[in-house]
Amino acid sequence: MYSKGTKRKFSGSADTATDDKAMAASYSLQRQSLLDMSLIKLQLCHMLVEPNLCRSVLIANTVRQIQEEMTHDGSWQVVTEAFSSPSHGPSDRLVATEVLCRSPVLEQQGGGPKLYSVMGYNGCREEEVVTDKALCSVAVGDGAPALLLGTIGHCWDRAELRVAEVEAGVSEDSLSGSGDEEETRCREGTKLATGQVFGMFEIKNSPPGSDPALEELFSDVDASYYDLDTMLTGIQSTPKMGPYDLLDSLASSHGPTSNSTCRADLNELDHIMEIIVGS
Amino acid sequence: MQFAIKLKGQYVQIIVHFPTSVCLVGNCPGRNDFQWCFSQVKGAIDEDVAEADIISTVEFNYSGELLATGDKGGRVVIFQREQESKNRPHSRGEYNVYSTFQSHEPEFDYLKSLEIEEKINKIRWLPQQNAAHSLLSTNDKTIKLWKISERDKRAEGYNLKDEDGRLRDPFRITSLRVPVLMPMDLMVEASPRRIFANAHTYHINSISVNSDHETYLSADDLRINLWHLEITDRSFNIVDIKPANMEELTEVITAAECHPHQCNVFVYSSSKGTIRLCDMRAAALCDRQSKFFEEPEDPSSRSFFSEIISSISDVKFSHSGRYMMTRDYLSVKVWDLNMENRPVETYQVHEYLRSKLCSLYENDCIFDKFECCWNGSDSAIMTGSYNNFFRMFDRNTRRDITLEASRENSKPRAVLKPRKVSTGGKRKKDEISVDSLDFNKKILHTAWHPKENVIAVAATNNLYIFQDKIN
Repeated sequence: MYSKGTKRKFSGSADTATDDKAMAASYSLQRQSLLDMSLIKLQLCHMLVEPNLCRSVLIANTVRQIQEEMTHDGSWQVVTEAFSSPSHGPSDRLVATEVLCRSPVLEQQGGGPKLYSVMGYNGCREEEVVTDKALCSVAVGDGAPALLLGTIGHCWDRAELRVAEVEAGVSEDSLSGSGDEEETRCREGTKLATGQVFGMFEIKNSPPGSDPALEELFSDVDASYYDLDTMLTGIQSTPKMGPYDLLDSLASSHGPTSNSTCRADLNELDHIMEIIVGS
Repeated sequence: MQFAIKLKGQYVQIIVHFPTSVCLVGNCPGRNDFQWCFSQVKGAIDEDVAEADIISTVEFNYSGELLATGDKGGRVVIFQREQESKNRPHSRGEYNVYSTFQSHEPEFDYLKSLEIEEKINKIRWLPQQNAAHSLLSTNDKTIKLWKISERDKRAEGYNLKDEDGRLRDPFRITSLRVPVLMPMDLMVEASPRRIFANAHTYHINSISVNSDHETYLSADDLRINLWHLEITDRSFNIVDIKPANMEELTEVITAAECHPHQCNVFVYSSSKGTIRLCDMRAAALCDRQSKFFEEPEDPSSRSFFSEIISSISDVKFSHSGRYMMTRDYLSVKVWDLNMENRPVETYQVHEYLRSKLCSLYENDCIFDKFECCWNGSDSAIMTGSYNNFFRMFDRNTRRDITLEASRENSKPRAVLKPRKVSTGGKRKKDEISVDSLDFNKKILHTAWHPKENVIAVAATNNLYIFQDKIN
């Protein structure tokens, strides 16, 4: 279905070029919707039962595969460049259900892309996936990519470092059955939730100018966001900031140039969040 | 057959050939025409299926006399085959409920604020050593050894207590008697003899009893442990594929099994479609495999779903120990243990789903874990599909058949009609189109009697038992 399109034979007609373009556009739309679907699957975490690790790994591998292909195509690079410009600073929001306004890859390079924060391997439950076709079609129809960004990846890595310090004190026996396993696992859970999926999507060549800005942004971030309980039960229990709170705060913090576009997109995202959270 | 005769003073060797496939009564290696008949169905008829009643594992014991099922509610139900009655020598015994017990209860992990499901992931019987039967049952975290024993006698005529069980006043006792054993209604008791807990960080997907009958292995997503059946407070970790940095995790263990004859050999399969065979004599930690089985990918059929559908959901050694079978999403493959670079046989289970992979990814069906099983003589294999269909492949004749487990075909001894899914545009009569398949009716668990042609098929909350007509 989503096979890497076979090369068409050059027939010499002028139509071939436009056909190729149409095929490529449709392929990239399909690929985009697959990426959106995969991110939603990873994100939906009604965390009553620990999610299926095998399923999460397979979905994350699929996302990584799409990301690699998009990097080769150059469509990934375009978006990260758009996002990393200094005028946009939504990366200070780090709570799980963060949603930002988005912009189409090819059309508008000024707006910030839409982000789905991902809970990582601790955050999935197989039965709860949204299968509503409307959800997927909204994503495709807008033609806008939903992307995880390197800057956010950095943020989660920081949390991971903090947790890793704690974990260093816990030793792991090769003989199981000791109580240490439980504790290690608890720390691992945090590690998973924070760094895992984001670490994969981290863009290696992060723009040089962003780091000092990030430092400044993180200086006042509430450390309790990295609390294990909050993260693991983020969506299930009442989060510190609800999704609608975020949308409101983001709408106000954006620059005037992208505001109108963002608001329209935010309304759609509102609708999507209703579907996800309301069910 | 060879013999020598004396001809003109010289010995001449005569070689006579007989046909190699000799038809034995019962299991016929050369036969290619199973005729499966409905025998029994167990479970509620309701359209509304209670989640707890969904069968999650099915397993015959070594003799085939007992059939165990586990469900999502943590219960184990054991069926026993009736002895053949002299009145009806041609009809095989039916399976009736022998014992039911609650094996696992739901638990709560306070540290992670998560529930631990009581669903029974696997049941494995232990070889019978005395009058009692033993089995291992496991949920995501804990393995339990259950002993199922019969009691059909009880002692009567105690001195110190009367028939109601109340203690008698010792001063009132004037004479002594010896208690006698009196027959009573058969009572089957199940008691947990061992509990193997706290050894798995991740979800247990497999358990397998070793051929030494003393040890067994348990596998979760990232680790495999070796246990001694008598020792519950420790186990040996023999495989650990957890990366130092969990961000680098791209592959998990999906199934594991001990070799049926060599107690030092086991295999485990992965989510990337590979199988590793390990020898426990080589090292304490078997992270480096002795053999690595992987079929090279066909580049022309590569898609974003290639890895997901290559993920192996089940691995089973043949009874002979010479072959093993793996199940991935669309096919079943038989591997010769001596050949690592490709399987010797590949059977397509439901190739018509290849064009539907996106929808199946969307509704999560692509992650369904189908199991597979061998028949007693390793001449046939069986696995499940959707719409309550299950498939059987005869390895000798290469013929395959699709059958359906449904109450509509549930007249006693009614022969099952083969089913067909239409793939092309024109749908013939009696065929069912791919779009009409019910993906909620999935047959994930099947089992084949170790000696006879009797099969057990779990369809959601119902257990179907089919027998070959010749039986």
